[in-house]
Amino acid sequence: MSDENSKSLTLSVRKLRKSFGPVEVLHGIDLTLRGGEVHAILGENGAGKSTLVKILAGFEQLTGGELRISDDSGNSKRIDVWNNAIAEQAGVVLIHQEFNLAEQLTVAENIFLGNEIKGRVFLDKKTMRSKAQEYLDILRSDIDPDASVDQLPVSAKQMVEIAKAQAKNARVLVLDEPTAVLTQQESQVLFELIDRFRKEGVAIVFISHKLDEIEQIADVITVLRDGELVGSYPAADLSKDDMARLMVGRELSSLFPEMPEVPVAAEIVLRVDNLLLQGNSAPSSFELRKGEVLGFSGLVGSGRTALMETVLGLRKEAKGNSGCVELRGERVDFKQLSTARDKGVAYLTKDRKDSGLLLGKGLTFNFSLFSLHKISKLLIDTKLEKIAFEKAIETFDIRMKDRSIAAGNLSGGNQQKLLLAKILEAEPSIIIIDEPTRGIDIGTKSQIYCFIAELVASGHSLILISSDITEVIGLSHRVAVMYHGEISGVLEGNEIEEHEIMRYATGLKNKLSYHDQLESGISNAKA
Amino acid sequence: MPKLDLKTAGPFIALVVVFIIGVLVNDAFLSSGNLSNILARSSFIGIVAIGATFVITAGGIDLSVGSMAAFISGCMILLMNALMDTIDSMVAIIILAIIASLGIGAVAGLINGLLTTKAKIEAFIVTLGTMGIYRSLVTYMADGGTLSLNFTIGDVYSEVYYGVFLGLPYPVWVFLAVAVIGYVLLNMTVFGRHCFAVGSNESVARYSAINVDRVKTATYMLQGVCVSIATIIYVPRLGSASGQTGILWELEAIAAVIIGGTVLKGGYGRIWGTVVGALILTLIGNILNLTDAVSNYLNGAVQGIIVIVAVYLQRGAWRRD
Repeated sequence: MSDENSKSLTLSVRKLRKSFGPVEVLHGIDLTLRGGEVHAILGENGAGKSTLVKILAGFEQLTGGELRISDDSGNSKRIDVWNNAIAEQAGVVLIHQEFNLAEQLTVAENIFLGNEIKGRVFLDKKTMRSKAQEYLDILRSDIDPDASVDQLPVSAKQMVEIAKAQAKNARVLVLDEPTAVLTQQESQVLFELIDRFRKEGVAIVFISHKLDEIEQIADVITVLRDGELVGSYPAADLSKDDMARLMVGRELSSLFPEMPEVPVAAEIVLRVDNLLLQGNSAPSSFELRKGEVLGFSGLVGSGRTALMETVLGLRKEAKGNSGCVELRGERVDFKQLSTARDKGVAYLTKDRKDSGLLLGKGLTFNFSLFSLHKISKLLIDTKLEKIAFEKAIETFDIRMKDRSIAAGNLSGGNQQKLLLAKILEAEPSIIIIDEPTRGIDIGTKSQIYCFIAELVASGHSLILISSDITEVIGLSHRVAVMYHGEISGVLEGNEIEEHEIMRYATGLKNKLSYHDQLESGISNAKA
Repeated sequence: MPKLDLKTAGPFIALVVVFIIGVLVNDAFLSSGNLSNILARSSFIGIVAIGATFVITAGGIDLSVGSMAAFISGCMILLMNALMDTIDSMVAIIILAIIASLGIGAVAGLINGLLTTKAKIEAFIVTLGTMGIYRSLVTYMADGGTLSLNFTIGDVYSEVYYGVFLGLPYPVWVFLAVAVIGYVLLNMTVFGRHCFAVGSNESVARYSAINVDRVKTATYMLQGVCVSIATIIYVPRLGSASGQTGILWELEAIAAVIIGGTVLKGGYGRIWGTVVGALILTLIGNILNLTDAVSNYLNGAVQGIIVIVAVYLQRGAWRRD
């Protein structure tokens, strides 16, 4: 065991290609991961980072190019068969963005899941437990090996994942956006760990959108753009501006259309006042004005989607909620989404595949599902339906082989456009858009941005939830930032800037301005 | 609309094949008496199966239909016998019993629906439970024996099963009417679309502003009403009900639905397929009665084979898509 531990490993790919069906998503990537190096992979959403690391860890098969492994003594061999089991055998371990833990089992059981230590007949629980404790001690973590995983906070779950990787004797550790769910302090603990692994000769792959972090810990930076390799660079040679430029490949501003100004006296169309979400202590308040894009920024899990779904009646508010929602000055309490829809409020889900479209059903079926009430009395008027669909294809530039394919056979970008068409067919005046460009190519992205600008110009009001900070900055008139389930600040004008947003998103800054303003507003009114 | 493919045409082809076998096996098969008998008998399972098509399309399952039919039969008979003393008009008594039957069916469906949606118990378990409850209730009501309908009413009521209109027994017309209404409801209305959507993916349905619980509950109520309609034409046939009434109807109904091409995991349903499925099942029983080659006792085995083959073919056709 200890012999193996000291061995470091070099994993490299040459001219790697990956296609899903007819669509190629990685076009000839070269990459070398060396032991003792932190290798950051940088790229926009949809650039192919996740696919690449899934191939490295054997979860996806490459469709072209080659994969080589060489050890300390320089023996390099080409790998022909590569799957998850073989990859783990070789010491390549991927820690997923969404963790891969059995929630009902204990920490120790998870650490040895699929890797159990056996006695003669039964599992050797004692040894596993003490080994687990050992691994956790090395990580300087005080997690109880007997705790049930579903009781742990996210950062602890990540520790368990890392301990699990240790149990598998990881020589190449791939971390897919590990800090997305961590606070600043938790991230620092993780970085110390990464540093220690590096010194032990482990090759680390680190994916993150946060350029600060990459600058702090990376040795080598590889940039991907639209499935192409832009290049690999020593981290010391790149400034953060360089990284952003390489990643985007053009000036940032050109991607976003001109947004019309919101008149100062614009009517407040939606007011959420002290709404208490389930599982949160602080209530949320915000206002949306007519013709405005109100961006919602924050880390994954900061409660943006939960807040909107509570407003819309898709989730129950917390018990004892005394807050309320006002639509154009009228108090409303949406119990279900259809009520919201009928009042002109629509929600575009972030989960296109899980809650947006019926992938096995036809395009027209999907298109009209949200607005059937418009085209039916006793029976559905399929003629009207067809006409509306043809119009939507034109308006939203939905491209397909032929009309009869299932929604699941559309490309991601076209699925998103179909979803947008489906939501807008109900003619809402307030649209809540959740991650509208996740996993979408750059061309469709800019199309969607244009739709957003057109909607606002024609008097619609939008709430834009996005984890893509440039997108929020480029489209929003104001930006609300959420941190741990509460709105930590609403930024306007010059405050709308990446670093400032991150400060609010990570809890470094918290103005709770809304809360205070409201309270002072109330006391003023009383006086 | 997709062109004629194996999925759509399969059940119809199978029906033709079974029919030809019937013709070859025995001359009596083609007699008008035998054919109208087949149609009338298939109407019970057929009507129940049309309800089941909705439940299954919306992603549910209802195992309680056979027991529910027995329970409703028992209630109708008890009610009609009791009303004999107070109401003179036989027709009025029968109409009251029919109304009561529809009400019990709807309420029984509502209970199944609410238990699955509000209490969030799997449909399989809920309806397994209610299946036992209704079966036991009818046995209790009959005190372990048989409930018999008063002969005077039975004579009047028997017209509903044995009566003929335009050469076809009434039950066949009822079956046809339920099928047409079912077809329109499933394929041409918002409710039908919602059934498909809920059965395909509940989460997508929810985010498409569909009240998933209400749609699912409605399918169970529809199923209950269908069971009640089937019972209304079944009671005058024998004029009795016991713990043995409607046994295995749930499996035959589900089999008819599956043979017809509806997908058991939901999201895709076909009413005409179900009608054909019910006809195929009845035909097989009838043919086995008419031939010595295979024992009539093997009816269930043959039906079982047909279901398995049907699903196998469906899956194959699925993959080729």
